[in-house]
Amino acid sequence: MSSRSLGGEFIKGLWEENPVFRQLLGMCPTLAVTGAVINGLAMGLATSFVLIFSSLVVSFIKKLIPSQVRIASYIVIIASFVTIADRFLQAFFPPISKSLGPYVPLIVVNCIILGRQEAFSSKNSVGRSIVDALGMSSGFILSLLLLSSIREILGSGTILGYQVMGTWFEPWIIMILPAGAFITLGILLGIALYIEQRAKQRK
Amino acid sequence: MELVAIFVSAILINNFVLYYFLGICPFLGVSKKIESAFSMGLAVTFVMSITAVVSWAINNWILIPYELDYLEIVSFILVIASLVQLVEMFIRKISPPLYQALGIYLPLITTNCAIMGLALLASLNEYNFVETVIFGVGSGLGFTLAIILMAGIREQLDLAEIPEPLKGAGIALIVAGIMALAFSGFIGMIT
Repeated sequence: MSSRSLGGEFIKGLWEENPVFRQLLGMCPTLAVTGAVINGLAMGLATSFVLIFSSLVVSFIKKLIPSQVRIASYIVIIASFVTIADRFLQAFFPPISKSLGPYVPLIVVNCIILGRQEAFSSKNSVGRSIVDALGMSSGFILSLLLLSSIREILGSGTILGYQVMGTWFEPWIIMILPAGAFITLGILLGIALYIEQRAKQRK
Repeated sequence: MELVAIFVSAILINNFVLYYFLGICPFLGVSKKIESAFSMGLAVTFVMSITAVVSWAINNWILIPYELDYLEIVSFILVIASLVQLVEMFIRKISPPLYQALGIYLPLITTNCAIMGLALLASLNEYNFVETVIFGVGSGLGFTLAIILMAGIREQLDLAEIPEPLKGAGIALIVAGIMALAFSGFIGMIT
């Protein structure tokens, strides 16, 4: 059982336990889909949908699941919601579904989702689990938006497809390549850790 | 010729770690020593090859004929999870030395997105049976190559002076970025 207030459960996902920058979970989609803001946003929303509904179902039926087969049960629940998200994107947003490729089905192995079920939803009430899932999702979406904005602005000079840099700007092709994803995330992790260490020193 | 192209491109050009960003967790987590990186690479290659065969069979003999393709995600993940269990039991019985060498890395592979990614990519590219097997083995070798190179660099990095906040994952990601840049030199090798 967690002793935080409901607001605290939500806030912790944004910084203190941010899934990407603090827990280093869900790195594959973070790196793979952040070449453009629209893809990052779609990925963030799809993952949030799966996380929130899986948390809802798992916390609701936690007493019915025998502990020996809990991981397998969580995976089946998660996979069902991933299938829904995948089919939904294919039906209503075919271009986005196409550019995200295999990464939408791969949400099923995103460690953030399984991690929250094991660490939180299986031990807490339905309400708390949903707030926790909302907080984690917001933290994940914000991280994806930050990374994809940096990469899209520097790599193509645009944001959400709109030109933001002047004509003098020569796009940095490396930022859209895989190499740019690794290097940008590495530097951002360093900055996040630096801010954290500074904050600790002040205390 | 087609098969050679699939094999080489899976190892060098469309490298699972450096191009598809699959299997980043073990890539960062188990790359501190060359020996453990080698065992991890071996285990992944082994499971990937078997997964390629099994997922192809399920996809082409069960899911497609009975129009159950909406069960693809659920069935792949369950098959991979149980497959890893089976392989683990099998190796423990047949070859205890190999089991010792793979150790903790074998169960860890279940949560490795590279395995699931392999099954999905093979079905997405509509490879036939032989192509799928070649793709599986090649991808596993590509992963092994990347993780061993990474471990070699990280052993040297221990001696380097790195700014405090970048230590650990930060510098590892930047190194991976430089490796990805080097590997992108292979693009265009096969046309």
